[in-house]
Parts: sequence; structure tokens; C-alpha cells
Amino acid sequence: MSDDPAAEPVIVTARGVEKHFGDLQVLKGIDLTVRKGEVVVIVGASGSGKTTFIRCINHLERIQKGRIEVNGHLIGYRERNGQLVEDSERNIARQRCEIGMVFQLFNLFPHLTALENIIEAPIHVRKIPREEALRTGRALLARVGLAEKEDTYPTQLSGGQQQRVAIARALAMRPALMLFDEPTSALDPEMIGEVLDVMKELAREGMTMIVVSHEMGFAREVANRVIMMHGGRIIEDAPPEQFFTAPAHERTAAFLSRVISRKE
Amino acid sequence: MNFEWGVFWEYLFRPSSVYLHGLWLTLSISVISQGFGTLLGLFIALARISKHHVLQVPARIFVWGFRGTPLLVQIVFIYTGLAAANIFRFEDINLGFAVLPGNMQAGILALTLNEAAYMAEIIRAGINSVAIGQTEASKSLGMTYGLYMRRIILPQAARVVVPPLGNEFNSMLKNTTLLSVIGVPELLLATQMVTSVTFRVFELYMVVACYYLTLTTLWGFVQQRLETRFGDPATAASRKLGQKGYRRLFGFGQIGEPR
Ligand SMILES: Nc1ncnc2c1ncn2[C@@H]1O[C@H](COP(=O)(O)OP(=O)(O)OP(=O)(O)O)[C@@H](O)[C@H]1O
Ligand SMILES: [Mg+2]
Repeated sequence: MSDDPAAEPVIVTARGVEKHFGDLQVLKGIDLTVRKGEVVVIVGASGSGKTTFIRCINHLERIQKGRIEVNGHLIGYRERNGQLVEDSERNIARQRCEIGMVFQLFNLFPHLTALENIIEAPIHVRKIPREEALRTGRALLARVGLAEKEDTYPTQLSGGQQQRVAIARALAMRPALMLFDEPTSALDPEMIGEVLDVMKELAREGMTMIVVSHEMGFAREVANRVIMMHGGRIIEDAPPEQFFTAPAHERTAAFLSRVISRKE
Repeated sequence: MNFEWGVFWEYLFRPSSVYLHGLWLTLSISVISQGFGTLLGLFIALARISKHHVLQVPARIFVWGFRGTPLLVQIVFIYTGLAAANIFRFEDINLGFAVLPGNMQAGILALTLNEAAYMAEIIRAGINSVAIGQTEASKSLGMTYGLYMRRIILPQAARVVVPPLGNEFNSMLKNTTLLSVIGVPELLLATQMVTSVTFRVFELYMVVACYYLTLTTLWGFVQQRLETRFGDPATAASRKLGQKGYRRLFGFGQIGEPR
């Protein structure tokens, strides 16, 4: 990132995003701007809508109000006579190519080896020649420290290794934005570090990232901004120094004391 | 007891051409009907789990109808019933190298439709057994429905589908005997034709039983191969085979659905 973050181009804009599951309103008007190279960590109590929000960003969930743009493209919808209508499957798929997603439970393809997991979408979606996809796939595996595991199936990998393959798989599409939904919360404690290290490295290389995580050390060290969600709203959005030492909202302070006392 | 071993061995190992023709029909009709039935069943399964009612409702009705009525009734209905009501009459078709008689077309159609209804349920269960996260991961990588179904979901569903599919084909081999009622000279009708000339009923039905047993047994070995092929690739290498073949041969641990 350059010295003046405000000079960087905007990657994500969310404006007035509302989401209902039936009668339950889960997002109540989310506004967020993320610039190129920024790392935004989202925290908040269970059920506050963190997962739902980042799933809206790649249109795994429909939204009922507001709009989300990534790289200047309206996500999931198309404007017709001043109304937003859901876009075609093909267009949505094309938009998703720009957005990598890493899931809590990895969601690797169990019938494919680590390397095959990584090259699947580049070959069949991006139409990259197989040789080239293999080359980049191997390079990505090396980058996440799993060069020797290319022929291994996911069930034979540890949780931490699976998550690193999943990150490599998302990166293979060369996304402009990476979304992480609690990438380490399903891992044994001794494996959390190896996944966070990969994510830190990615942040240093300038990847734009939105990370739902309760790893406060990671947020402190890597995040440009930390966001607190509560009841479907963003109630705090501040740089980590301020977020952790002088939160503006009392709920943030209460949340932080809860999370930190639980960790120690 | 009036049992002539000579006749039995004679027909078992030097069957007449009527017999061989019957065997050929049984096998080819089974393979064709199972093939088309599986393909049609796949599309019905996809329609059945689709969110669109225009696809889902007809699929439900199809499965309900064909699983809820006897196969024998379906066969007679399609061949004789439709013709009697002047709705549709199956005419012989000249394929150039052979003539496909009308009753055989009707028989294959009935077996295919019936099989499709059963396969639709099997394939639907297979697809549903694949975790929702697989679809979400596929979508997040920019894959469209056709691509992730073909490359991600169906290969995983196959693991669940292949064992019951094997049992379906075993049933199919035996169900072809029902086509004898509309005059398709498959193995059973062929036997009847031979017995009406030779009057060696007992021996010849023993022979026909041996034939079916041979077919289903050979199929059991193929099925075992298929299950290994479509099983968990991670454990496929470390799998022991011998024990399983023995079990398959004598039918232990079968989970097939009785008709
Ligand atoms: N598919 C769904 N159908 C109905 N309700 C849902 C669905 N997904 C989430 N919800 C509800 O929406 C609310 C927000 O859920 P969400 O998963 O976004 O919370 P979260 O902040 O990610 O929580 P956690 O920290 O537990 O992961 C919850 O009340 C949840 O029960
Ligand atoms: Mg969540």
C-alpha cells in the first residue's frame, strides 16, 4: 500500500445492504468501503451477521436492499428500469472469479488431489492451458509450504494443511479480493499459526482481504481496520490501535474483554 | 424322479441357437435399458431437486407413477394397452443391419422408464449426500451449474450411486423375463419355446436358472470393480479385495431394494 491509503482504488463498496432470512432480518444496512491492499478484520458476537455479510459479497446469499460492488462491478444484480434484478448465472460466475473465498470447513474437493483441487477452476473456468495451470498450481502449493503434498488427497491432510490448500485454490484464480470466514476456528490450536502465517504473507504482498476472525493477535498485527458487527450493523470501524485500546462503542469494549479473557 | 442329466448337460453347454439368441436378447436389452434408464434417471433426479416447480412436479409424478405400479403392468400397458386404445402402435423398425421388432421397442421403453424412476431416487440420494459446502466452494471459484455438477458433485455422488446401481442391473437382468408376456423371445420365452418341442421342462428350466445365475454372478465381479473404481480414491489403493468378492458372490451385506 502506498503512504496515502485513501489514494488507492476502491475494491469493495457496500451501500445499505439488507438481508432477510424469511422474517428474520440479519443485515440491517451495512455500509463499507475497502480499498486496494487493505486488510479488514470483522469481529462480532455469534449471530451478528458476519458470515452472512461476507457471503453476500460474492452473492452466495441474495440481498433484499442496497448494493455491493467489487472492482466497480455490481455483484449479483443488474439494473433494469431503475430496479435491481438478479443477474444471469454466467455473469455472477464471472464476477465470482474476481473474489476468492476461504471457508471455515475448508470445503476442498475430496475426490481430487491437492494439486487437482487448485488447477480445477483455472483450467475449466479460466480456460488456462493445463501445463500453465500445473506450473502456477505447483508454485502456489510451494508458497503455502505444501510442495511435497501435490498428489495427496484432502482426507490425508491435516486441517491446517487442508486450509492452506484451500487458500492456494482460491489464489489460483488470481482474485482481486479474498474473503475469509473464520479460517482457523475449525483448527486444532497448534495448526492455527501455519494458516495465519500464510494469510500474513498474503497481506504483506498487498492482497485485499476481508477476514472474519476472532484471532485478535492477527487483527492487531495485520489489519488496517477492525470492524465490529452487532445485530446486523457495523457499530465500530477503526484502525487496530484505536479499536483495541479506545473503542468508541461500549459493546465493542464488552466484546473485547469477553474475547480476551476467554483466550487467556 | 424323471431327470435326464444328458439333456441338462447338452443344453447347458451346447445350447440351441434359440437359446443363445434368448441369452443375447436378455443381455442386450438389459444393458440398453439400464443405460438409458440411468441417463434418464439422472435428468429426473436433477429436475426433482431443482428449485423450479415446472421441473420438480413432473419429476415427482413420474417417479410416483412408475414406482407405484407393477413393472409387468407397465410393459403390457405400453405395448398392448396403447395399441388397443389406438394411441400408439409400436411398428417394427429396420435398422439396416437388423430389424427391431415393435414388442422389443415397447419392452425396452417400459424397462427404461421403470428403471429411470428407481435410478432417479438413487441418484437424488447420491447428490444429496454431497455436502452443500462443495457447491458453495465450486460457485465461489466461478463455476456454473453444469460445470460443478459434472466435475465436482456427480463424481462424489457416484460413490453413493454405484453400489445400488449394480444391484439395479442385477434386478434388470432378471426383470427382462417379464418381456416374455409380450412375446420378446428373451431367455425365458426361448426356454418355453424349446420345452414345448422337447417336453424336457425340468431340465431346461434348470439350465435357464444356471444361465441367469452365471450372468448375475459375472456381473457381481464387474460391480465389485466398479465400486473400487468409484470409491474413495484415497482408500482405493489400500483396499483389500478378496474378502469382498466372496461376500458379493453369496449376497451377504446386499442393500438392494426388493421389488
Ligand atoms: N440459511 C439461513 N437460514 C436462516 N437463518 C440463517 C441462515 N444463515 C444464517 N441465519 C441466521 O442469521 C443470523 C446471522 O448468522 P451468521 O452466520 O451471519 O452469524 P455470524 O456472525 O457469522 O455468527 P458466528 O460467529 O456464529 O459464525 C443468525 O441468527 C443465523 O441463525
Ligand atoms: Mg459465522
